Formats: sequence, C-alpha cells, structure tokens
Amino acid sequence: MTTSFLFPVLYLAAMGVGLGTLDDHHTHTVGGVRYLDFLAPGLLAGTILQVSVNESTYPVMARIKWIRSYWAMLATPLSVRDVLIGHLGWAVIRGAMVSSIFLGVMACFGAVHSALVVLVIPVSMLAALAFASPTTAFAATTSKENGFALLYRFGVIPLFLFSATFFPLGQLPTAVRYLAQLTPLLHAVNLVRGLTLGHLVAAQNFFDLAYLIGFAMVGCALADRAFKKRLVV
Amino acid sequence: MTTSPTPDALVIAQGLEKTFGTFRAVDGIDFQIAKGESFGFLGPNGAGKTSTMRMVACMSPFTGGSLSVLGMNPMTHGPQIRARLGLVPQEDTLDEELTVLDNLLIYGRYFDLPKKVIRERAAQLLDFAQLTDRKDDKVEPLSGGMKRRLTIARSLISEPEVLILDEPTTGLDPQARHLLWDRLYRLKSQGVTLIITTHYMDEAEQLCDRLVVMDKGRIVAQGSPRALIEEHSTREVVELRFGIDQQAENAVGLHDLAERVEVLPDRVLLYVHDGDTTVAAVHARGLTPESALVRRSTLEDVFLHLTGRTLVD
Repeated sequence: MTTSFLFPVLYLAAMGVGLGTLDDHHTHTVGGVRYLDFLAPGLLAGTILQVSVNESTYPVMARIKWIRSYWAMLATPLSVRDVLIGHLGWAVIRGAMVSSIFLGVMACFGAVHSALVVLVIPVSMLAALAFASPTTAFAATTSKENGFALLYRFGVIPLFLFSATFFPLGQLPTAVRYLAQLTPLLHAVNLVRGLTLGHLVAAQNFFDLAYLIGFAMVGCALADRAFKKRLVV
Repeated sequence: MTTSPTPDALVIAQGLEKTFGTFRAVDGIDFQIAKGESFGFLGPNGAGKTSTMRMVACMSPFTGGSLSVLGMNPMTHGPQIRARLGLVPQEDTLDEELTVLDNLLIYGRYFDLPKKVIRERAAQLLDFAQLTDRKDDKVEPLSGGMKRRLTIARSLISEPEVLILDEPTTGLDPQARHLLWDRLYRLKSQGVTLIITTHYMDEAEQLCDRLVVMDKGRIVAQGSPRALIEEHSTREVVELRFGIDQQAENAVGLHDLAERVEVLPDRVLLYVHDGDTTVAAVHARGLTPESALVRRSTLEDVFLHLTGRTLVD
C-alpha cells in the first residue's frame, strides 16, 4: 500500500515537476501537453506492469516450491484452475487498487483532465491480467528463480523505459518503434493516456484495447497449461 | 493378493500403477481399506508410499490399474472425494505469514464451509491441537510439533471421513510424537479412517490395525503388525555387537545357531526362538561380543527381512 502511494508521489514530483521543466524550448510541453500530464499516465501503466510482474514471479514460485501453499489448496475440493483464477484474480484486484491510488495522486498534481478517467481502473485491471498471466506461466514453468532476474533485466525494465512511458514513441528509431508496438505496455500506456487527457483516437485506441484483450487471453491459456503441467503430477 | 471388493471398503486399489516417464514409482498394487480402520504403508524412502498417498488423496492421477475412493473414481470425481478427505502432507504447507487461527479459517473456506461453522470448528480444533493460547500468533516461529499439530487440525476443519497422514511424526521429538499419537487415537475412536505412511516401526505398531510393506513400488507383505511379525520373523532376536568392522567375520560361524542371520554395519542379528540359550551357545564357541542383547521381534525385523535393508538408507 505504502509503495503504491509513495512511488507515484516521488516519480511525479521528481520527473514530472523536476525533469519536466528542463526542456530547452521552455514550453514545458510534449506534443502540446504539459510533461507532467504526459508522464503521469505512462507511469501509471508502468506501475501496473511492475506490480503485476512482482506478484507473479517469486510469489508463484514460492507457493509451488517453497511455502507450497498451492499443494495445500489442491488437497481440498479446489481444482488447479480454481487456484489459477484465485491468483490472477488477485493480480486484477491489485491492478484496480494501484490505479485508484495512482489516480488520486495524479489528481493532487492536477494531472487529471477528463471524466473518462474512471475508465482507467477497468483498463488497468485488464492490463494487470495481460502482464500477470504470461508471467505466471513463466514462473510455473521455470524450475529455478534465476530466470526472474533475466525477465526483469530484459523484459520489464526495457518495456518500462521504451513504451512511450517517459517520451513519445516518435523519438525512437523506426525499427524500435515497430518493436514497441508488439509489447502490451505500449497499448496500456496509449489507453490510459488517452483517458486521462481526454484525447481518445478511436481507431488507435480500439486496436490498443483489442491487443490487450488478445494478449491477456493468450497469457491465461499459457498459464492454465503451465499450472496443469506443474501441479498435476 | 487380489481379493474381491468388500462392501464397506472405503478405498479399493487393484493393479494400481504410477509411472513417471519410464520410472515405475508404484508398480501394480492391490489393497483395500475398510471404514474406521487404521491402515499403514510402510517402506523405505522411494518405495512408492507418497505416490500412493497422493493418488488416494486425488491429487495425482494414476497411470494404470483402478482406484476407487469413497465409492467414486478419483479421475472423474476428484473435488467431491477431496471434500470428504483430510490430508496431512509430508512437509508442512502452512501459510507461515498468517496466524494460527487464520490458517484454519482460510482453509475452511476452500471447502466452501459457512464462516460461522468454520469459526466453531476452529475453536474446537485449536483445543484439540493444544494451540488455543497461540491462536493469534504467526505460524513461522512455532515449534515443529506445534506446526504438525496445526497441520492436522487444519486437515480436520472439513470433518473428513478419511484422514491421510504422510509421515506425520518425522522430525519430531519423542514427547511431540506421543502427543500426536494420542490425538490420532482419539480421531480413530471417533470413527475416522486413518491412512498413514511411516518409516518408524514403533509408529506403525502403535497406530496401525493393518499395514502393507512396500518396496520398489510393490507390496511385499500385508497383515496386522502382530501377524507380520509371526509370519516373517522369529519370536526373539539376539543382537551381538562386535568390534568395529568385525561383524562379518564373527558372523561366519553363527549360521547354524539361528534360523536367520543379518549382518548390519554395527551389529549381527540372530533370529531365534530362545535368545538366552543362543547367547550361551555363542559364548560356548569362544566368541566375545562387546555386548549381547536379547529382545522380542519387532516390525523392524520384518522390514529388514522383506526389503533387505535398514530404514536409514
């Protein structure tokens, strides 16, 4: 709870207010909006990514291997799928909690510009599912925790930095831009940003939504398969 | 060993198999467990006891033969069967970050029991497990015996008809074991069917009405502890301890004195009818063991005979 409150406060203060006033044209805008307003929705989506991945790496492995609580659940009438639904359900609830708190902080910084902002919460829940489900599949497949360090280094951190979170995608070379289109975070950022700024672009945002839904569905299917393989022996 | 199923059998296994790739963990076993019985699986590590337990607990699909638990097929009615079973796994799976009481309350919810019912039962179970004064403590700092008792209490929250215990007292001190045994006796007297795996012979003798001895995925003997001892061992056993590394050479001349001789790393066992006479005969041959002990046969001797090894491997 403290983390999900402190993180946005610190980031928005340091980067939105501090860094955002350094640009050389002294206009303090990115594509016509204040840097703080541009950054805040990106950070929100990036935070959902981090929280969802955190909830689905070590904790999932611990419940399989270390504290073994999934095995305790499987001795009851619960099925493997029930256990997975419980886990992903929690990730989705976390998504709602984190985005609500984040929106509250954004409101205090004056970074909320549209009534559409209430839709950020369901979008965050969808994004949380899209991030948590493939991570869960990975955690249930891998036998050692070493893989998680690589996942953070080569997955989470690059995504966090290059998915139009801190700067518009147009700043990047064309090849990287296309690469970024494939990642779920970019689409979550697009949606959240459109909603907080009140600038939705129908075609683009519809595609963003469809992409996130598709990504979540594939992730859930993979997680379901990985759980069955690991927990039914 | 195959017998036709009896109507009051809660668990019926016929030709039951579990294979992992090419490894046959359970290699075609038959057994029946009756209602209210206390049934044991005995065997060295790797004999297939835990695999069998997990199949009976409907957590692990069997790969051959047939299995019926509470009259249902575990493959098709897993959740319905598990709703009526309690499982105490070999390693504790308690949630260490939660309190003692919360562990019981949350586990009860997995059985979809009403919260009020769970609260009432949890209070009784805490009493039963002698943990009432620790109910608001976190699980993590509890002793091994307390965690074990909590695991048993947790498995009873659904008032199971069958309680499956996989090595319930491994790693506990003697006092904690006796307390646990007492609790298991009480359950048995309430009509709960107990299925126990152990590699402690005294535990098997104390708790089991009937048991099977498993080795390399097969059942090598079955019966009551007393019947197994009568069938597979002699009345008495003489334990002779010679100097270090001198057991085998001293045992050579003793084979005619006993029905059977076992040479262990630290002693020689003579299986005989009358121990005192045998000890006298050993001394008469000029052998001078450092110690000579006469005792009655135990399940451990049966085990040694049937599996050809001691339990510590």
